Amino acid sequence: MHLLLFNVIDQIRSLGWSGAFELLRNGIVLGSLYSLIALGYTMIYGILKLLNFAHGDVYMVGAFLGFGVLTAFGGALNPGIGLVPLILIMFAVAMLGSGVLGVGIERFAYRPLRNAPRIAPLIAALGVSFFLENSAQLMTNGFQYNYDAFQLGGKNGNFGPLFNTVFSVAGSPVTVVQVLVVGSAVTLMAALIFLVSRTRLGKAMRATAFDQEAASMMGIDTDRIISSTFFIASVLAGAAGVMYGLYIGTTFYFMGFLAGLKAFTAAVVGGIGSIVGAMVAGVLVGLVESFAIGYVGGQWSDIVVFGILIGFMILRPTGLFGAQAIQKV
Amino acid sequence: MSISPGTPDVTPPGDPAESRIGVDSWVAESAGRRARGRGPAGLLARGWEWSPDSLKLLVFVGLASTLPFWLNEGDLFNFGLFTLLYVALALGLNVVVGFTGLLDLGFVAYLGIGAYTYALLSSSHYGIHWPAEATIPISMAVAAIPGLILGSTSRRLEGDYYAIVTLFFLQAFGAFTNTANPTLFGKGLTGGPNGIPNLDPLTFFGYELNSTKQQYFFLLLVVAVVAGALHFINQSRTGRAWRALREDPLAAEVMSIPVYRLKVLSSGLGAAIAGLCGAIFAATFTAVTAGSFGVALLILLYAMIILGGLGSIAGVILGGFVINISSQFLAPQNDHPDVKRWLFYGTIVLIVALMKPWYRAVLVLAGTIAFGYAVHAIVSATTAATWTSGAPVAAGSRSISQVIQGFVVMPHATATGAHGNFNTWLYVGLVVAAVVVRSLSGWWRLVGLVPTLYLTAMVWENILAQNPSVTALILFGAMLIALMTVRPQGLLGSARVEIV
Repeated sequence: MHLLLFNVIDQIRSLGWSGAFELLRNGIVLGSLYSLIALGYTMIYGILKLLNFAHGDVYMVGAFLGFGVLTAFGGALNPGIGLVPLILIMFAVAMLGSGVLGVGIERFAYRPLRNAPRIAPLIAALGVSFFLENSAQLMTNGFQYNYDAFQLGGKNGNFGPLFNTVFSVAGSPVTVVQVLVVGSAVTLMAALIFLVSRTRLGKAMRATAFDQEAASMMGIDTDRIISSTFFIASVLAGAAGVMYGLYIGTTFYFMGFLAGLKAFTAAVVGGIGSIVGAMVAGVLVGLVESFAIGYVGGQWSDIVVFGILIGFMILRPTGLFGAQAIQKV
Repeated sequence: MSISPGTPDVTPPGDPAESRIGVDSWVAESAGRRARGRGPAGLLARGWEWSPDSLKLLVFVGLASTLPFWLNEGDLFNFGLFTLLYVALALGLNVVVGFTGLLDLGFVAYLGIGAYTYALLSSSHYGIHWPAEATIPISMAVAAIPGLILGSTSRRLEGDYYAIVTLFFLQAFGAFTNTANPTLFGKGLTGGPNGIPNLDPLTFFGYELNSTKQQYFFLLLVVAVVAGALHFINQSRTGRAWRALREDPLAAEVMSIPVYRLKVLSSGLGAAIAGLCGAIFAATFTAVTAGSFGVALLILLYAMIILGGLGSIAGVILGGFVINISSQFLAPQNDHPDVKRWLFYGTIVLIVALMKPWYRAVLVLAGTIAFGYAVHAIVSATTAATWTSGAPVAAGSRSISQVIQGFVVMPHATATGAHGNFNTWLYVGLVVAAVVVRSLSGWWRLVGLVPTLYLTAMVWENILAQNPSVTALILFGAMLIALMTVRPQGLLGSARVEIV
């Protein structure tokens, strides 16, 4: 164990400030993806008290929808339209498709189980997740597909503008796509906060999350509100899927599981049901993962991340921003 | 939902879809009891209910011990040994999930720990060759330790939180065995993705269990002993306390049941059974690899205990048999095209036949058959050049395959790209159609069901039957969803009652 510690210290020394900034940057970009997925978990958990295992797979479907649009327009090497409209269409299709998928999942798998014992929707969620993953495997033949975003927008096989440097800190570059990912994530989150706190729909969502029965007595169509919650949550996941594709590039059928798991943790660490908590904790999980990869080594990173998370959940199950739950009898 | 526990709802639930909150268990089951009383099926059900549990176990062991005499070595391994191993594992999972109601999603890790312990102590990896009478208890003990530790987190974590922590544990275990592979005594401890090969066979006091038959009988003994022991534990004070805290931990605590200690005990016992299975698993496969202990196996186990009915030992055994045998038939290495078709179409006909009243089922089935032949006739008359008639028939197979050939259409596999796209759309179309039919009601649902069923047959012949290993997993995922909506308590489980 102490050997591992010495290794870590060595690694910190050898990477220096520039390396530290790089890890910070990677952590923030990765973390903003986790935040977007975590928002969906926290919204759905808040409103249905359901751990929606399938949410990570909605993100995977979003990534594939984005890839489908890219392919339909001729692929990264030779797209038929300009770069900006292409990316906008990718986002639009993936977000809309994921949203519809989320509504369908809720309608088909969860709504019949409103009055069932708690374990039934959870098992159904596992089933949906398994179904989506393996269906994706079937339809993609289990291959990995690459966005090749390096070449997106470039002519004749040259590198495109997405990975150009915008500015540098301590000698480490920040690229266009990283700014794009963080920027659009922040925009989406701001829109979500506005929606939840300032609109009628948001008010109804908060009321339904607080007490479904009382909300329905006040004339709120709770089924419709739950459907819209699933739609919004899945839209965010779909957007995160496209961002992942543009930033990392590789989509495959199993990518949703681990990302979903980490994002769910972010939702829990932030205090389940708390939207700001999910955002902050998502970035936190991304940072922990990035620094663990840099300083401890890639093969240990998952163990470190999950170890920290297990410890955190045992010590403070209500999360950073969550209120202590009071058990009423 | 403010009905106090003392005042049960007066309306007896005839329709299972309606809310059962506040109904006590006797009332909840009475409708089922009355419905079951008639006909040969009722006789069977009553006989099942009245026969003592020891007799059931004896009948099961008696039937199972005849298997080696009419299956060959390979089939015995796939259908017999595998099934018993899964059954034993599912029995262990049932202790944690079924008896105590702890949602443990890291259960497969205990299996892995048991398997790796056996592998380290009985192989040439470190040159230690201990006999099985020593390694099996050690494997159980080593697997039980994380079970106890994780169980002890249940003091602070409940429900979904416990589920997620155990799932983290499984992920961390997978990463540890697969990628971390720390060096110990000059060697990678877990062998990384390649695992540890060349394990010793099970050796008891110098007697080696080499053949599949010997291993099968040993495993049958293990399953019988575990099932018997769990039956007695379930009947005991501890078992009753487990059930009580599963239904309502707070009420159980008020009744001075040591909830926390019992949860830890249940998690530890389940982990020990998993460790036992792990040791046997490692020995019969003579190798352990990191990839064997993943979420896919976990879902398979959950499908078993949920299909059979949570908390019911007989149900778990039944679920294990159904799930494993069907997945083995679907497995790519067992090429039984006819059997696969019979299983698939038989299940669909069975599900449709459960529709009430009976003439609707007849209408739907007849309609589907007529629809299929009509589509086939139209397609082969108009576009015969781009569409072949039906599925590829394996050499030597007859009967059902030929019937299907005249029924289902599929495109020529000339341009593979176009073919793949067509299959994708077909598959998406089926899922959408299923969702739409599910949300229709009355006669419209019957009308919608006919093309959907035909689409199912097309998807099966065109896509699923070509990728059998993925198909099995998809079907289990769909089965979990469907089972939860139709019968959440499983086949042999009793209806769970939620008192609010």
